[in-house]
Amino acid sequence: MDDLGELYQEVILEHNKSPRNFRRPESANRHAEGYNPLCGDRCTVYIDYEGDAIREIGFQGSGCAISKASASMMTQMLKGKTREEAVKLFEEFHDLVTGKEDLAAHAEDLGKLKVFAGVSKFPARVKCATLAWHTLQSALEGKQEAVSTE
Amino acid sequence: MTAVAHQLAREPLRCGISAKSAMALDIAGIRGDFPILAERIHGKPLVYLDNAATSQKPRAVINAIVGYYEHLNANIHRGVHTLSVRATEAHDAARQTVKRFLNAADTREIVFLRGATEAINLVAQSYGRTHVAAGDEVLITAMEHHSNIVPWQILCAEKGAQLKVAPMDDRGQLRLGEFEKLIGPRTKIVAVTHVSNALGTVNPLREMIERSHRRGVPVLVDGAQAVPHFAVDVQALDCDFYAFSGHKVYGPTGIGVLYGKRALLEAMPPYQGGGDMISSVTFEKTTYNVLPFKFEAGTPDIAGAIALGAALEYIGGIGMDRIAAHEHELLAYATEAVGAIPGVQLIGTASERAGALSFVLDGVHPHDLGTILDREGIAMRTGHHCAQPVMERFGIPATARASFAVYNTKQEVDALVEGIQAAREVFA
Repeated sequence: MDDLGELYQEVILEHNKSPRNFRRPESANRHAEGYNPLCGDRCTVYIDYEGDAIREIGFQGSGCAISKASASMMTQMLKGKTREEAVKLFEEFHDLVTGKEDLAAHAEDLGKLKVFAGVSKFPARVKCATLAWHTLQSALEGKQEAVSTE
Repeated sequence: MTAVAHQLAREPLRCGISAKSAMALDIAGIRGDFPILAERIHGKPLVYLDNAATSQKPRAVINAIVGYYEHLNANIHRGVHTLSVRATEAHDAARQTVKRFLNAADTREIVFLRGATEAINLVAQSYGRTHVAAGDEVLITAMEHHSNIVPWQILCAEKGAQLKVAPMDDRGQLRLGEFEKLIGPRTKIVAVTHVSNALGTVNPLREMIERSHRRGVPVLVDGAQAVPHFAVDVQALDCDFYAFSGHKVYGPTGIGVLYGKRALLEAMPPYQGGGDMISSVTFEKTTYNVLPFKFEAGTPDIAGAIALGAALEYIGGIGMDRIAAHEHELLAYATEAVGAIPGVQLIGTASERAGALSFVLDGVHPHDLGTILDREGIAMRTGHHCAQPVMERFGIPATARASFAVYNTKQEVDALVEGIQAAREVFA
């Protein structure tokens, strides 16, 4: 597969067209806003966070296919996860899209997020793939200020 | 100047914007003057359509920089030694070239700075801080680049003044009547772009300046997106300040120009203090240098100014009217070809446009389009183009923007169209 095909995998294109959890969950008690000044992408992540668990998660915003699909799949992966699990997954995901990840070692954790491996060949697009994750981290920390990828 | 440019300069076809004179341009020869155009990107020939961000440099400019450091390098204005004299002469000659290029009345009206941004900041800080007080107003337009918004916001915040914004219509054209109504008794300066970087709109500057002057208000023009594309005559425009950047007009980065009417510059306080801008210093009192040196504190970018001079000589050799005709034809061709692609919406369809074509593609975010085109060797800008209020006006987060220079061809526009089609297929 060529680089472009690796980047724009069917799964990513499909999530771009029909993003999952693209809403504000009614029970949401925390949220954070993310902004990528490079391309104008905006993303708000909402969580229902109780004890140490993400009981419900959703997002809203506008952005490119990579940022939208990444946010969509992130919400699928994180529902029911603890904060610690979420942070660890973000680290692994970050390593994956920046080309540092040894896929075999974490293949199980990352699951279907592995489709984002192609991003590592497009350094200009790493911020698109991680915008939602940065925003989530900010929501978990309960920060009020908008996070920026810059 | 290259052989091609020399030959072009001698040709009699110098005036009149017509398809015929554009055809007469030897584009292949001109492309040969730009070494970078031979680069291959992802195995494909480079199609450089990001000229509004920065243009490529002809060999004449690259040689001017190398030649300066190999043969002339010395500090200017202070050495009695030969190299310093030669460097000073070359720097002075570059100022003469800029003066001719803008048709300014006097070289003392040409201030070398880092770019259009610094030029606007200079006027906001020096002229603005002297003339704008609490309750006064600064008038700009809705299509300004951030660099012609933020310096005025800083000034207004400091002074308790108000920033007024003249609106544009749905095609991205200034609403001249509204603009005129906003020039009030408290308006102290008008700051407008000549050509919109995000939309390509050419503003009706002469009318805007005349209407401002009728109310005694001076006008600063951000000319960064104008000077690469057509002849600019500051005396004919009667503008009070005109700012542009060297790197968008085939020169190097880090050098730019502020033109200011002499009487205004004379009356303005210095912007920065340091060497070169003084005539004498004691701890009690400093006497400032004469124009333009009063505004050129510190050792300037000498090589940059000389190379900018080389860039302006280069395009002057081709002829600004012929460049304008060629680019006009190219822009019209691109507007029709890109506009005809299903799902494309052109952003900015003013009747007078220059340089840039902005658009969005249904179902494909500009950033994704930019990545796909890049793999085809096509360099194009996607994003908000440092003009977020413009994006907001059109209710979009970003656009894709193709922007043209003298070396671009219709074949490159065809490559762009094919690339957009390919992106549509990926996202079908």
